[in-house]
Amino acid sequence: MSSIGTGYDLSVTTYSPDGRLFQIEYAAKAVDNSGTVIGIKCKDGIVMGVEKLIASKMLLAGSNRRIHSVHRHSGMAVAGLAADGRQIVTRAKSEATNYERIYGEPIPVKELADRVASYVHLCTLYWWLRPFGCGVLVGGYDRDGPQLYMVEPSGISYRYFGAALGKGRQAAKTEIEKLKLSELTCRQGVIEVAKIIYGIHDEAKDKAFELEMSWVCEESDRQHQKVPDDLLEQAKEAAKAALEEMDAD
Amino acid sequence: MAHDEDVAGSERTLYPYVTGTSVIGIKYKDGILMAADTGGSYGSTLRYKSVERMKVIGKHSLLGASGEISDFQEILRYLDELILYDNMWDDGNSLGPKEIHNYLNRVMYNRRNKFNPLWNSLVLGGVKNGNKYLGVVTMLGAHYEDNHVATGFGNHLAVPILRSEWKEGMSFEEAVKLLEKCLLVLLYRDRSSINKFQIAKITEEGATIYPAYSLKTFWGFSAFQNPGQFAEGTW
Amino acid sequence: MDPLHDMNLDAPHSMGTTIIGVSYDGGVVLGADSRTSTGMYVANRASDKITQLTENVYVCRSGSAADTQVVSDYVRYFLHQHTIQLGQPSTVKVAANLIRMLSYQNKNMLQAGLIVGGWDKYDGGQIYSVPLGGTILKQPFAIGGSGSSYLYGFMDQAWKEGMSKDEAEKLVVKAASLAMARDGASGGVIRTVIINADGVTRNFYPGDTHPLWHDELEAQNSLLDVLSSGGAACPEPMST
Repeated sequence: MSSIGTGYDLSVTTYSPDGRLFQIEYAAKAVDNSGTVIGIKCKDGIVMGVEKLIASKMLLAGSNRRIHSVHRHSGMAVAGLAADGRQIVTRAKSEATNYERIYGEPIPVKELADRVASYVHLCTLYWWLRPFGCGVLVGGYDRDGPQLYMVEPSGISYRYFGAALGKGRQAAKTEIEKLKLSELTCRQGVIEVAKIIYGIHDEAKDKAFELEMSWVCEESDRQHQKVPDDLLEQAKEAAKAALEEMDAD
Repeated sequence: MAHDEDVAGSERTLYPYVTGTSVIGIKYKDGILMAADTGGSYGSTLRYKSVERMKVIGKHSLLGASGEISDFQEILRYLDELILYDNMWDDGNSLGPKEIHNYLNRVMYNRRNKFNPLWNSLVLGGVKNGNKYLGVVTMLGAHYEDNHVATGFGNHLAVPILRSEWKEGMSFEEAVKLLEKCLLVLLYRDRSSINKFQIAKITEEGATIYPAYSLKTFWGFSAFQNPGQFAEGTW
Repeated sequence: MDPLHDMNLDAPHSMGTTIIGVSYDGGVVLGADSRTSTGMYVANRASDKITQLTENVYVCRSGSAADTQVVSDYVRYFLHQHTIQLGQPSTVKVAANLIRMLSYQNKNMLQAGLIVGGWDKYDGGQIYSVPLGGTILKQPFAIGGSGSSYLYGFMDQAWKEGMSKDEAEKLVVKAASLAMARDGASGGVIRTVIINADGVTRNFYPGDTHPLWHDELEAQNSLLDVLSSGGAACPEPMST
């Protein structure tokens, strides 16, 4: 970034002369350096996958989760600072339960994403706060069907057919665009997402990773759940096989 | 209006409005069986006839309630949220009947200390890790466990039957027969009971709430036909 | 004051009422009488007890006029906000749950028995009964108010699964007129509201058009008309 050190990058409450908020852009950088996070909307639901980089071989497998359940029908995948992500998840959970307590039915996914975005945005408005160093995918299933949203550190949120965050996002988006999402079932989607994450990962350069995956679909009874172990293993095998095939070429 | 000046604006539940009558629960070979009718009384009017008073709580528990239905619904909302937050951890752990029973006890006791009780008697049954569990919590926060329990009128009419006929390791069939015997006595002698029952079962495999059904009643005593025959007067 | 003639005129306005909600295959029919009383005095003989909450949800009110008005005013306001926030009509379930929330949380201060009825694209026509304590029950049909005590038997006998719109409305009007014939706290006109996929229809049945039940007589302009018609209706003077 060319404007580094011009003195306008230390506060979220001060614009630079050309109208930028550097702290928010730096927050986005924290997301860009993260392990890749992918979400796709298949014909029958949402699949989310995370390339969870393992900081140490001594970590217990399955710890430091990056995909969390929010209410029964939706979930959240975090790219960037995992700890910041947990704050957002906690807020999302309370928004979801509050909504149901008042209205007697589960929060629509759009409303959940909007409320999460508002919260994330709020942290960009005060000098005593710091923008979240993470972007999140919100995947859920409501009466209007499966929906996928992405909320960025700026507080912006859009609805997507496929979305990717983190280091490998560009490559991932290129791969997602090749998929026929409207014909893909979630069961197939799980395999495709696994393939993309394994494909993007650079074994020579990157740290070791663990594949974390979740879905919300008809098969999971419209509940957000971890992808079943056997399917996850199957997806990993398929991804590894695809890699070897590529190497052979 | 009875509750005008002295109590208007009071924070206290003064009396129940829509109520359910007795719930019975017993342990049997594979787990817990629970029974209740589906009536919702409004004073002495039998206003609602299809109120489900037994619900599945989480993976391992079954809750039955007598007393104020709106308070029971509130309790179900609390439990729904409790179970939801527990599930969202997604760590493979889950609350068992013992924990739920204790939670309910805390809620009921807290409310009675605010002189604003939740107007219910609750029966909590469940099975987790091979352990059968059956307990009661009252609107005052009193709680106990037993092999067979009953609330309301059931305490007076069903418990004596259960005490003399319940035994360890009853089969499903035996247990259902015993419950039905109690339900019939309650139907004959509890004014607010109705002839539409549900039986619910919980075992290690999970919970089942059976569809509502009615029981055959008996009116064939000869003294019923001719009540004056052997008596001076009659009712 | 002479206790025999104490008409309790300073009593709060209360809707000793007959209210009914019936769902049919494509929607719901709501019905109500129109009498509001202060003690023994009829304060309003043409009240509207079927109140709009949203485009597609109405509520029948019974109990204290003031309490039920304030509850429905709040719920209408909440639903309005909610509709804007979601950008689509709210469901009947949401409306019923808000009514329930206010009734339950303020049960000691309210005298309000409500029947919520409406239509939404997700679950079609629905009736929710929210009686005094704030219990909420979804029902195929519901009755409420003081007049309903005269209707339990009738509704149990006359209500059928899968009625048409016209059958449902006929049932509602018949039930309301039966209750009004026996309940002094109900009377006046019958109002109905029909809600379905096509929208809302309001109907009005004036007090002089209701069917005649047991021991009721055809209305006349005057005794003079009765006399001039002759026959058994004009007796001869009684002789000793």
